[in-house]
Amino acid sequence: MNAALEQSYLKNPKGLTSWLFTRDHKRIGLMYLYAIMFFFFLGGVFALLIRLELLSPGKTIMSADQYNQAFTLHGAIMIFLFIIPAIPAALGNFILPLLIGARDVAFPKLNLASFYIYVAGALFAIYSIITGAVDTGWTFYTPYSTESTTSVISMTFAVFILGFSSIFTGLNFIVTIHKLRAPGLTWFKQPLFVWGLYATAIIQVLATPVLSITLVLLILERVFGIGIFDPAMGGDPVLYQHFFWFYSHPAVYIMILPGMGIISETITVFSRKKIFGYNAIAFSSLAIAFVSFLVWGHHMFTSGQSEIAAMIFSFLTFLVGIPSGIKTFNWLATLYKGQISFEAPMIYTLSFLFLFTIGGLTGIFLGALALNVHLHDTYFVVAHFHYVMMGGTVMAFLAGLHYWWPKIFGRLYNETAAKIGAILVFVGFNMTFFSQFILGSQGMPRRYYNYLDQFQPLHAFSSFGSFVLGIGFFVMLVYLVHSLFKGKTPGYNPWGGLTLEWTVPSPPPPHNFDKIPEITHGPYDYDKILVKRN
Amino acid sequence: MSEQHKEHILPIKAYLGVAGALFILTMVTVAVSYINLGGWNAVVAVSIASFKVSLVALFFMHLKYDNKINLFIFLIGISFVTLFIIFTMFDTLRRADIYEIKAKPIKEKAHIYERAPDDSTQQSDAAQH
Amino acid sequence: MANTPSHPFYLQHHFSDAQQQKDSAKFGMWIFLLTEILLFGGLFCAYAVFRAWNHEMFYNAHLALDRVLGTINTFILITSSLTMALAIRGLQVNKARQAALYLGATLVFAAIFLVIKYFEYEHKIHLGQLPGKYYTYTGVAGTNPHIFFSIYFVMTGLHGLHIVGGMIVIAMMLVNTLRGKYSNEYYTPVELIGLYWHLVDLIWIYLFPFLYLIG
Ligand code: HEM
Ligand SMILES: [Cu+2]
Repeated sequence: MNAALEQSYLKNPKGLTSWLFTRDHKRIGLMYLYAIMFFFFLGGVFALLIRLELLSPGKTIMSADQYNQAFTLHGAIMIFLFIIPAIPAALGNFILPLLIGARDVAFPKLNLASFYIYVAGALFAIYSIITGAVDTGWTFYTPYSTESTTSVISMTFAVFILGFSSIFTGLNFIVTIHKLRAPGLTWFKQPLFVWGLYATAIIQVLATPVLSITLVLLILERVFGIGIFDPAMGGDPVLYQHFFWFYSHPAVYIMILPGMGIISETITVFSRKKIFGYNAIAFSSLAIAFVSFLVWGHHMFTSGQSEIAAMIFSFLTFLVGIPSGIKTFNWLATLYKGQISFEAPMIYTLSFLFLFTIGGLTGIFLGALALNVHLHDTYFVVAHFHYVMMGGTVMAFLAGLHYWWPKIFGRLYNETAAKIGAILVFVGFNMTFFSQFILGSQGMPRRYYNYLDQFQPLHAFSSFGSFVLGIGFFVMLVYLVHSLFKGKTPGYNPWGGLTLEWTVPSPPPPHNFDKIPEITHGPYDYDKILVKRN
Repeated sequence: MSEQHKEHILPIKAYLGVAGALFILTMVTVAVSYINLGGWNAVVAVSIASFKVSLVALFFMHLKYDNKINLFIFLIGISFVTLFIIFTMFDTLRRADIYEIKAKPIKEKAHIYERAPDDSTQQSDAAQH
Repeated sequence: MANTPSHPFYLQHHFSDAQQQKDSAKFGMWIFLLTEILLFGGLFCAYAVFRAWNHEMFYNAHLALDRVLGTINTFILITSSLTMALAIRGLQVNKARQAALYLGATLVFAAIFLVIKYFEYEHKIHLGQLPGKYYTYTGVAGTNPHIFFSIYFVMTGLHGLHIVGGMIVIAMMLVNTLRGKYSNEYYTPVELIGLYWHLVDLIWIYLFPFLYLIG
């Protein structure tokens, strides 16, 4: 029998209530993981429906109104219920204390509360979907969101609640990283994923409250017509956009920064080489977190904000490229002359490098004021943010999921199947979204259910790509579920990593470490230490 | 480690003194509000309020004696709110700009303009600037 | 888990000592206060933007607020902050009864604050000085005076909710103090709610001049 599994957090203590009332960060992380995977699936279903509708011009499977609801729900679910909690709350919750040699996060009860708040928000969102969905787009722009007859209030309220869950996770992580590092683990000996989570947490606590107040004002606008955002009452819809993007631009870095952290881990482990430019990567995370607060106006170039503001925001947007570029070059330098091995996590990591670079560079295009006027609200923007969110964050999430899967469940998945899945996802993704860059530059507007005949070939190609993508995920589902029952046991350290989580059994025991470790070496000292895989 | 962090216990008098200062400042700011200083009313009100806030934060909330990181967090909060307001106002206060811009030659000294000395509209437009 | 000096009842298993636990708790509380500052920050931004756009109207509308009641409430809130600080001091010098008394006083002042606020609201509702589309008052010159009252109600309303929330927690702390749960060894929860209470005071210190004094 599998002794590690029997003694692990998965089996101790036993019983349903021991899960529901657990304070163990590993169990909370796991419950989060199931929840976000569910919503990833739901959001994916909406995505396939959208692509199915766009297979041909005019009505294919749904009406224009239903189409508006489909893309709104796809966006809102993917952003608020999947991608924002995905890496920090699920993987981060599980791994962070292990990485820093702690027994738990600083506030375990708050951690559990954050999970239940997430569940409450999710229930509200589902309620809103059942009672008529929303058709405003995930951005809830006024004045349409004050007029739309769909259930805007319940959906915005759901997002409001979800915000608290995100804030509590961030708060918990900041304190954990400051106060609970094992002896000897100085700031600059921390694994880079910790830095990524730290920068993310800072954004979570600084930006999310502004989203909360924005949504409160939006709800009040609908109920009382308070006249802050609604032009009919003397309010200013562009002010709504300032409020919204003050949160939502930094929020895109809530999505990507932890992903960048994962990449920094996997890329060294699978190149068997010390990370290149540790300090540069660590500080660029903080730099990104800071600069991300200065650029929100680049979403509003065509919305009627003043030209001076547009110019300032455009200029500052270019600055974001610098720390992102620093990271990318350092990762490439890490690969150089490494002993690269191509297991599934590494395939996702390389996909990330490739796709995020395209996504980030097109972001710079869009940040250029003059070009943006042409490309705003076209499929070019859609392609940009899918390259960063799916090509960046989701690839990093999958890299992390595959990398830590043996640690989380104590099971190995079938490597060949995983490689096939990864390649299908990569190919499907590029088919789906590269075609959208072309569509957008030719003038195909976003959020339309119909289009000119001349766009059909590219739209159809994109839809076929999405089916390939869907198959890739289906393959993944099969081999991951299979591994839970039939997977081989991995031993402590299947990949030969040097960080602390690989020094404990897979899956880890409830209290993580029998004895709090003392840290003497850096997280990536492959030049000094010979690690063996087992 | 725990020794240096021992609680700093302020005497009751210190608390009373701070509260007294807060009361007096409140009376001052209310009194000033009855005098019309034009735009300066707002400046005075904000300054006095900020001073009161610093008193509360430093003494009632112990920031003066506490771990400095807590002070840092507090200041970050204030700065980001300020940043939010200022950047938003770059927009909201300057919206009218576009209506004040008059068309003018892109490159005034370019040769093409020199070739038409009798073009009067060109000249009057340039004279405005 | 015996209640030995090296492992007191309040120490959680993942902290190495009580000091670390206390520092973490306070640090976490400050981050929470940071989120509160940004939450209200959004409202201050809305206030600033609309005031800059409609200065005349804001000036005229703010005259409709009762400056005297506002001032009284400011005094009351400052006093409640003082009693809160003294309550914590009481625990620091290990006088739990004194601390309980001060906590009680804080609750009383908070309640008075709310009562006065209630009368102010009541008066405004009566006159139709209501937010947004419910605004029926005609005595304020300038464009869109309902926006001033929207901002007034949202800001003071959210602040009031924070007072109510604070009162509930303070009441719980009061009970715990009376039961002898806190001493100079361990009073972190009281300290945390104290920080929160001062922050609510801080926000009022800005709200008051903005709404009542300069408009
Ligand atoms: C190099 C960094 C980046 C730059 C310079 C950049 C720039 C931009 C610009 C200028 C736009 C506005 C386009 C328009 O609507 O006209 C935009 C949209 C968007 N970006 Fe980025 N971006 C960057 C990275 C990211 C990342 C990392 C993410 C997410 C993980 C992201 C997600 C989005 C989203 C979701 C939108 C569309 C929002 C909407 O209107 O629905 N971006 N980006
Ligand atoms: Cu952005």
